[in-house]
Amino acid sequence: MKQKITDTLLQVATWLAAALTFGALFFLIAYILARGIPHIRPSLFALHYNTQNVSLLPALITTVLTVVLSLAVAVPLGLFTAIYLVEYAKRGNCLVALVRMTAETLSGIPSIVYGLFGMLFFVTWLGWGFSILAGTFTLAIMILPLILRTAEESLKAVPDAYREGAFGLGAGRLRTVFRIVLPAAAPGILAGVILAVGRIVGETAALIYTAGTVAQIPESLMASGRTLSVHMYALSSEGLYTGQAYATAVVLLVLVAGINTLSAALAKKIGEG
Amino acid sequence: MEKFRLSDVSLWYNDFKALKDITMDIAANEVTAFIGPSGCGKSTLLKSLNRMNDLVEGCRITGSIQLDGQDIYKDPNINGLRKRVGMVFQKPNPFPMSIYDNIAFGPRTHGVKSRLMLDDLVEKALRDAAVWEETKDRLKKSALSLSGGQQQRLCIARALAVEPQVLLMDEPTSALDPISTSKIEELVTQLKERYTIVIVTHNMQQATRISDKTAFFLLGELVEYGKTEQVFSLPRDKRCEDYITGRFG
Repeated sequence: MKQKITDTLLQVATWLAAALTFGALFFLIAYILARGIPHIRPSLFALHYNTQNVSLLPALITTVLTVVLSLAVAVPLGLFTAIYLVEYAKRGNCLVALVRMTAETLSGIPSIVYGLFGMLFFVTWLGWGFSILAGTFTLAIMILPLILRTAEESLKAVPDAYREGAFGLGAGRLRTVFRIVLPAAAPGILAGVILAVGRIVGETAALIYTAGTVAQIPESLMASGRTLSVHMYALSSEGLYTGQAYATAVVLLVLVAGINTLSAALAKKIGEG
Repeated sequence: MEKFRLSDVSLWYNDFKALKDITMDIAANEVTAFIGPSGCGKSTLLKSLNRMNDLVEGCRITGSIQLDGQDIYKDPNINGLRKRVGMVFQKPNPFPMSIYDNIAFGPRTHGVKSRLMLDDLVEKALRDAAVWEETKDRLKKSALSLSGGQQQRLCIARALAVEPQVLLMDEPTSALDPISTSKIEELVTQLKERYTIVIVTHNMQQATRISDKTAFFLLGELVEYGKTEQVFSLPRDKRCEDYITGRFG
């Protein structure tokens, strides 16, 4: 009898937890959609921003640009470091421990600190000014530990039997790593990249002090520009365009959902390959 | 005709001496079985024959292992050695790719690019490993979709596709059911006409069924080595007799 009561209680508790989680998420999305969709109109997607149309198109373009550039810097660097750590470095190597500790420490630092560093180093010391380039490099440093850690874990998860099999056929280390190990680890690595995209898209603190807040399409990498999140922050902090800020949030949601779906499909394809 | 000639081979894992002064010849076109209790060094010795032990940190080897008269530890071309001396592992380890790509991986590694040649090599290897009939209609399917026994024959085919001279097999049937095991044993008997085969096994019956010569190892030493009938019917060494008759091990 007592057993049965505990069973029921536990069941109710799990149901409640699931319902609460789903409810919170559902409410959040519904709220944003309800507040945002009425404000979506063609003028929001005008090529040039002005205070009349508060266009988000420049911010959308800047966001995509920032994501692509940050990944272009951080993914090769993180991935190759992970390959070195897992496939080439000897166990117990001091350098490995050092790199690992650095990555762990870096991943725990609040993003505003990255922003401060980016401003002092890229913006001021290197004299890049508030620019997409400075923002991109700051974000690349910020997501590097994430890419490195996830890539390292995925490479480690590839069974040694695959490596032995490839070596046993006379394949060198390079071929084994690139033809056998990397494809097998690709879904995990991609999951890390998706997480990184999420962090870039959602980032404001590190960008305000490095990429600035100019609301136009950046003319070059040395020009300032604002991503959608920064755009939202600017709109809502000014207090005049709350509706448009919600509309921006809707676009941001759709963008993130789109990126995630695309990456999931890609991961599935690679996994099957 | 000797394929391998080992003299005074000793091997250390850091401070642990895993092989002690092994001297033996392995004949071409015969099946040589390595038997002995776990940890006796038989797998270690097998992996020394294609230098897979090089991958183990802290592993050191002395003495000489000659393949066709050439010391394999003096030749820097390890990949070339592993092309000549193929290996099949204890657990089937097909790569997570299609059946075709699994077999083609080896030839591609060694520079075969032509589609026609690859097609031929893949079919030949799968036929030689007696797994063609089961796979010919699904070459593009993932190799992981095959059963354990089929996967192991696929791995044998993959090893054969690089046209080796020697095939090393490390307990190739220990993870398989009896039917798959008998298929692989039959296959080994056929393959010895063209390849030199060295097989590590825990299964005494298997050794008697398929091998021409048997080597019994204990604690890193080669205790007894001779024709399989002789080793199993009239072992010279008491320890070997005890092991074979199941008194320990």
